[in-house]
Amino acid sequence: MANNDTIKKTLIVALSLCIVCSIVVSTAAVVLKPAQDANKKLDFNKNILAAAGLMTDGADVNELMKKVTPKLVDLSTGKFVSAEDVDGIVSIDAYDQNKAAKDPALSETLTAANDPAKILRKEKYAKVYLINNDSGSLETIVLPVKGYGLWGQLYGFMALGSDLNTVVGTGFYDHKETPGLGGEVDNPLWKAIWVGKEMYSTNGDVAVRILKGKAPKDSKHEIDGLSGATLTTRGLENLYRYWLGENGYRPLLNNLQKGEA
Amino acid sequence: MKAKELLVTPIIQNNPIALQILGICSALAVTGSLKVTLVMCVALTTVTAFSNLFVSLVRNHIPNNIRIIVQMTIIASLVIVVDQVLKAVAYDVSKQLSVFVGLIITNCIVMGRAEAFAMKNGPGASLLDGIGNGLGYSALLIAIAIPRELFGAGKLLGYEILPLATEGGWYVSNGLLLLPPSSFFIIGLIIWGIRAYDKAQVEEPDFKISPNTKPAEA
Repeated sequence: MANNDTIKKTLIVALSLCIVCSIVVSTAAVVLKPAQDANKKLDFNKNILAAAGLMTDGADVNELMKKVTPKLVDLSTGKFVSAEDVDGIVSIDAYDQNKAAKDPALSETLTAANDPAKILRKEKYAKVYLINNDSGSLETIVLPVKGYGLWGQLYGFMALGSDLNTVVGTGFYDHKETPGLGGEVDNPLWKAIWVGKEMYSTNGDVAVRILKGKAPKDSKHEIDGLSGATLTTRGLENLYRYWLGENGYRPLLNNLQKGEA
Repeated sequence: MKAKELLVTPIIQNNPIALQILGICSALAVTGSLKVTLVMCVALTTVTAFSNLFVSLVRNHIPNNIRIIVQMTIIASLVIVVDQVLKAVAYDVSKQLSVFVGLIITNCIVMGRAEAFAMKNGPGASLLDGIGNGLGYSALLIAIAIPRELFGAGKLLGYEILPLATEGGWYVSNGLLLLPPSSFFIIGLIIWGIRAYDKAQVEEPDFKISPNTKPAEA
């Protein structure tokens, strides 16, 4: 057997191995990229539809998505803007709200006092989803929400009905909460509690509360807490209240109510 | 060694987790649901088999002083390819496996078999050894995942078996089983069982505790 331990042989083996491996890895990454992106998008869309209550098992996501119109919202004014008018946003389809929150040009830092949901940076533009009924008036609006739970950020959607107050559905597509405790945010029974609840009181304040234990049966604004997950529950209440409030989608919802968005 | 022996001995007699005590980390982390476990098993078996094959193919050319680096590079490349394939074809599961596919790179079984077996044996035998050890790992992982998912979540492969009290059934789930440490108990019980059946695996104690010495009377 030839001596493998010479410097020359070592270099040759190392170099050729690196070349072969990098070719294999990059080929795999490039070839599989379109399929991966499609999967990611499909998963995201599935969650939008699930929050809006449109998703059923085996339904064609792409077909259902035709009913959904994404819209860009300036969070400070609560008005719809078109992607072309904003520097740094190429198109509405390409806009990723969570990525924008990390981009200094498209987001702002929040101070601790202004940041109950602990998101640290808030994007200036949100991407909301409108679903119109057959006669063309707004039926459901799906709002992206996020905030800190116990172990990390929860990312999800909240869907409101045509009165912009009653919940149609909600759910999180990405979170790191403890399985079986905080992870029960994914429990369909818990999500079902939200349906039909009103997020604002009659005088217009954000009224939603997540209580420790069971909420009173006929309560319009209160949701059962997740048992054994006090911190997740607290985080959830904070994030829902934040995004429904003045710093979140409240201006948009007001404008929509007045028909000025 | 015969092919059959290479494939079968790692399942009970020389199980990578139960006897060699390798790859415990992922056995704790991914066994909360059976579906995720199965995908992890397939991923690990593929990586172990092919890393053994490729390491064995180039074993006569690997300079001794960089052999671990060479093995790592081969393993890491394979793991990335497997991870990319999972993201493309089984997105939901790959989301749940998250970092653990990447962590196959550091899974002791893969490294251990490359170093201990593939460096000294031909490609055919190495491939079989890789598959065998992958199967041994899989057998144990599945044995852990079944009780964890069944008694922790009342389901198997996502199908409800024991209706949960929180969802209107009668079964109060055992939350501990959903958390990784529960695997320790199950692995311990399995090792106990295997060693009770196959006495040859019982190790000699490293040292003996000497009997208490009586204090000398004053």
